[in-house]
Amino acid sequence: MRAGERAAEAGGAPAAQAGGAPGAPGGEVLVELRGLKTHFFTDEGTVRAVDGVDLEIRRGRTLCVVGESGCGKSITARSILQLVEAPGRVVDGRILLRRGGADGGPGEVVDLAGLKPGGKEIRSVRGKDIAMIFQEPMTSLSLVHTVGNQMVEAIRVHNDVGKREARERAVELLGMVNIPNPGRLVDSYPFQFSGGMRQRVMIAMALSCDPGLLIADEPTTALDVTTQAQIMELLKRLQRELGMAIMFITHDMGVVAEMADDVAIMYLGKVVEKGPVDDIFHDPKHPYTRALLESIPKIGHRRRERLRSIKGIVPDPANRPAGCVFHTRCDAFMPGRCDATVPPPVALGPDRQVRCLLYGGDGGPAPGAPDAQTAAPEPTPESSHGD
Amino acid sequence: MAKLVIRRLIYMVPTMFAISVVTFLIIQLPPGDFLSTYIAELSSRGDAVDTRLVEALRERYGLNDPIYVQYYQWISHIVLQGDFGDSFLYRRPVADLIWNRLGLTIALAVATLLVSWAIAFPIGVYSAVKQHSAGDYAFTFIGFLGLATPNFLLALIFVWISFNYFGQSVGGLFSPEFADAAWNLGKVLDLLSHVWVPVLIIGMAGTASLIRVLRANLLDELRKPYVTTARAKGLPEWRIILKYPVRMALGPFISTAGWLLPSLIGGEVLVSIVIGLDTTGPLLVEALISQDMYLAGSFILILATLTVIGTLLSDLLLAWWDPRIRYAEG
Repeated sequence: MRAGERAAEAGGAPAAQAGGAPGAPGGEVLVELRGLKTHFFTDEGTVRAVDGVDLEIRRGRTLCVVGESGCGKSITARSILQLVEAPGRVVDGRILLRRGGADGGPGEVVDLAGLKPGGKEIRSVRGKDIAMIFQEPMTSLSLVHTVGNQMVEAIRVHNDVGKREARERAVELLGMVNIPNPGRLVDSYPFQFSGGMRQRVMIAMALSCDPGLLIADEPTTALDVTTQAQIMELLKRLQRELGMAIMFITHDMGVVAEMADDVAIMYLGKVVEKGPVDDIFHDPKHPYTRALLESIPKIGHRRRERLRSIKGIVPDPANRPAGCVFHTRCDAFMPGRCDATVPPPVALGPDRQVRCLLYGGDGGPAPGAPDAQTAAPEPTPESSHGD
Repeated sequence: MAKLVIRRLIYMVPTMFAISVVTFLIIQLPPGDFLSTYIAELSSRGDAVDTRLVEALRERYGLNDPIYVQYYQWISHIVLQGDFGDSFLYRRPVADLIWNRLGLTIALAVATLLVSWAIAFPIGVYSAVKQHSAGDYAFTFIGFLGLATPNFLLALIFVWISFNYFGQSVGGLFSPEFADAAWNLGKVLDLLSHVWVPVLIIGMAGTASLIRVLRANLLDELRKPYVTTARAKGLPEWRIILKYPVRMALGPFISTAGWLLPSLIGGEVLVSIVIGLDTTGPLLVEALISQDMYLAGSFILILATLTVIGTLLSDLLLAWWDPRIRYAEG
């Protein structure tokens, strides 16, 4: 396992600096997660909610982090801003934020993982470099403070402006997220708004300091389908206009197809596969990714087939299976290998990585996926490793 | 907001009517009346009872009239003339007897409320924010002790300690030299130097329960998503806590203003008797025992009215504090 993590660092970092694949507008890496571990120290034992995650978030692009409930995607996102609540704690790894480089300045790299959760340094990042919106627009805003009050506060905490100026900025932001009559509604309370409107307010508030990265933690899950579509459209438009990166947490593959430039599939605290969205959808490698894709309904299936669902349930994170954490539910389970060896990350291309012994990693035969022949060139893990 | 105030004021009218009826029924409820108690007392001492005099008194106070006539007499005098009737026991107008004591009771209640708030607020916030710390456990322990100890026992312990160890008898709200003096600066200072003892004793249980309520509410609120949102903005932790969750958790604090008065009256009676305070409690008990109906009725009516006013004030405060209430009812 240790070896696997070192391999991740060796394999991941150069790929990150190389930027995207040819043709893909892969920007410079803004935030880089290396071997991130966030554990919860409960009375029943240590829950390894995030257990060695490597991710790259590029400027101006959207990374979708996908997985079932309890796979650690939200905790990964919260770890970036040190928002994990006790008994959880970031215990290992690095969260590298590149600051100030966009305007041509030299910039600096900050390791957020080393910052104290309530400290001054991380607070100067929160809301300013990295902003966040949440799943529950109903409860994520204070109901007893006006929208304007909460927005002005977000603006003034990082900008040295007067109340009046901040208020004008708040009205402008509300207009930007299509709140009708922002000059009047800035003085209303969130309980007078619908769920979709509140999520728009959350977005406006998150954008108030022009963050380089917006983390959206299942922002559409609690909304009805039409509102979901509007919020996604809004986020895409704002990304085009403002150029921020988005880290979009979701369990919905349909949302991924709509939003993502890059995709990371998480299972039980690990990223099992990541790559550009087209590759993931057209040529999924990891058995878990395939299972996820098979479990979404598709328009055009004439026969009334039952949708495939992934067998079993996510194991209790406190009792993780040995070896590959997915082997208890995997269709391609290889006895003696999958339950013995933790699959190291195997690079399948400059931006493509999978953690599955089907593609090598334990020195054993790498037969490749049964239907991989038609897709991308057969991965030869050791040669592509490290680019 | 104006609409809310007016509507609440209108609601008070039927409430007050109901209270006056219930009050009158309560003081009529025990068998007999003041005169029968009086006669019983006289005959037990072997004194002769002049039945004609009793009949004359009965006639004069209308005790032979049907109950609704008695009620009408009573309430119409109060509402129209501010006349609460006479006390049988003291043979003086009720109004002369009660206002001083009511003033002290209200002063004591308000002082107790303010002191309870002042003590409970910082401790409650601290206990919730530093949950499971040594300080939290210490305050929790003291809080349960305060909740579980009856007020009068606390008063007795206090009297015993100050008498036994300091050779001082605690009692009353004034030193003997000021007890009958007219109000002046010296008397006010004397009152202040005495009032903290009953305030602490009477307020103990209320303060302890306020701490528990604030701590529990704040613990709930601290885990709400809006707190995470505020953290994600980059605000300092203490500012987040005071602005958002504490504000949400303070509702019960404001509601206490409404129910504090009746609970104080109840809790204070025994304490006042033990440490000899000239508040309404002891006099009310005395009036009830001797079936001094106008005195008892006036007390109950006025205290009930004050409670209704207190509830109104706390409702209005809550509406001012929480826009959701304001908009739902406005």
